[in-house]
Amino acid sequence: MKPTNAFKKVWKNQKVLILMSIPFALYAIIFSYVPLFGWVMAFQNYKPKDGLLHSKFVGLQKFTRLFGDDVFLKTIRNTFCMGLMNLVFGTVCAILFAILLNEFWSVKGKKAVQTISYLPHFLSWIIVTGICFDVLAMENGVLNDVLVGLHIIKAPINWLAHPKYFWWIVTFSNLWKETGWNSIIYLAAITSINPDLYEAASIDGAGRLSKIWHITLPGLKPTIMILLIMNIGNVLNAGFEVQYLLGNGLVQSVSQTIDIYVLKFGISNGDYSLGTAAGIFKSIVSIALIAIANWGAKAAGEESLF
Amino acid sequence: MRANDQGLSVNSGAVAKRPEDVKDGSGSVFSRRTKGDIAFDVVNTIIMVLFTVIMLYPLINTVAMSFNDGIDALRGGITFLPRVFTLKNYQTVLAKEGMMTGAKISVLRTVIGTVTSTLCTALLAYVLSRKNFIFKKQLSMLYVVTMYVNGGLIPVFLLYKSLGMTNSFWVYIIPGMVSAWNMLVLRTYMNGIPESLSESAELDGAGHFTIFFRIILPLSMPVIACVSLFTAVGQWNSWFDAMLYNRMSDNLTTLQYELMKLLSSVTNNNANAETMKEANNMVTPRTMRAAATVVTALPIVCLYPFLQRYFVAGMTIGGVKE
Repeated sequence: MKPTNAFKKVWKNQKVLILMSIPFALYAIIFSYVPLFGWVMAFQNYKPKDGLLHSKFVGLQKFTRLFGDDVFLKTIRNTFCMGLMNLVFGTVCAILFAILLNEFWSVKGKKAVQTISYLPHFLSWIIVTGICFDVLAMENGVLNDVLVGLHIIKAPINWLAHPKYFWWIVTFSNLWKETGWNSIIYLAAITSINPDLYEAASIDGAGRLSKIWHITLPGLKPTIMILLIMNIGNVLNAGFEVQYLLGNGLVQSVSQTIDIYVLKFGISNGDYSLGTAAGIFKSIVSIALIAIANWGAKAAGEESLF
Repeated sequence: MRANDQGLSVNSGAVAKRPEDVKDGSGSVFSRRTKGDIAFDVVNTIIMVLFTVIMLYPLINTVAMSFNDGIDALRGGITFLPRVFTLKNYQTVLAKEGMMTGAKISVLRTVIGTVTSTLCTALLAYVLSRKNFIFKKQLSMLYVVTMYVNGGLIPVFLLYKSLGMTNSFWVYIIPGMVSAWNMLVLRTYMNGIPESLSESAELDGAGHFTIFFRIILPLSMPVIACVSLFTAVGQWNSWFDAMLYNRMSDNLTTLQYELMKLLSSVTNNNANAETMKEANNMVTPRTMRAAATVVTALPIVCLYPFLQRYFVAGMTIGGVKE
């Protein structure tokens, strides 16, 4: 059969499908691929009136400016550290919570705690940071009230005014919002562990803690690995909403992340080229992180994404 | 956590009989429990109670605050219940400029955004779930790549601007019309629907739209429900697009963005708090913000208990897909 005939046949059978896919292809190209051409801006001195075609090319000048900027270097550190703290504490707490919940003796209680623990995931960061402000408030903030009441601190502390607390506040807000939700997948993985293993361990005289250590945790290992790989690529993405909403002038040096930098210098100050350069840096590092994590998992003989 | 470890390490050597299975719960198993089991349960219960308190207290406190007289709340000591009950906070918040517009736009974007996004994404998933479709690979690649690479804030901002999507309602709807992630979830589900169903419909002369709307869509309802609920929550909760693209258009503000403005006016400007206290002698920024928070969170908190199982099901489907 000639290729033209083959194509005719396909066209006859799949005309509607092909026509249906055209708008979808266009949509993806316009909204996801066209912006990639905007990356050219990072190598230009982009002026909106000249557009992409007529703006002057300046090579890597924007990147050198970026890496000579102390503020930007700090944002890299902040983004990375907060992302990492979030990843480490988030994962550990979700696993611990899933295990403890699984071992909880009351089925009804378990359901109730589970339901409550998911709820904050569905509240917006605006609401959660608002709650944060209330909890951390100097006057009538519950944290200060409790700590003063227990004589752990002498006078209320203005938590959000000290750079040394900021990363922990961000981490705790994330934990409060997401621990329950993140535990779902671990709970599902725990229920799929073969019950015979626990049975056999009991006969051998294993206690509850040793069963958790020798059966539950190893059973969770593949899930943990996959989620870690997926989330390592997201480390740099975990730095916008909460920092933007909780941050203030006093803690700027530790609260600004790459995304905030892009917003501030790129859009508010109108230096599109500089902002784009910062964005490109973030994208490239993110992709590199995924690749490294994936490669590492493969090398360690674990499951990998690709 | 530490207390837990210590409580257990004492008993970890003790011989534990079969621990109560999660499913058979109470009664007979208690007789077989060792000291270690009991210690574990005590410590675990304490942790769970503490956890619940930490999760719930801030929320309950916010509700209590929202119903409490503002000046009275300054004295402190409001915990689970309002002390001097008032509806003044809600009256003030709802009368505030922008609040009603915000509520209207938030509802509109949630409804329209969810319907269009779910339909378009499901249609794409349908196209990609047809076994012999000639461009299946290319089209799904086109979307999968977008999950990993994107232009970033500024190129996207300039694109929307040049497409006339700033200061427009459509910036809430169009960017989320097709979601690659939801498409994968839906396609996985549709791939599991027996092909014979579509084939026999085709023999009866049904076109693709008929097959999609009459067969595939109804059969995919469980997963459609999940996907649309997630989309709806995302729409309701988003605020950044309103701030970035529509800050100049007061008639396109959303509830979340209004709440954010309230939040920043309170935190950034203490003088403002004083003026407000005088101007409105029973409402303080804190109680007013509490009322706004309750209004904004209300739809989600009310629907949440009923929808929870769909959310969790969706999470697990997504997880399996991984």
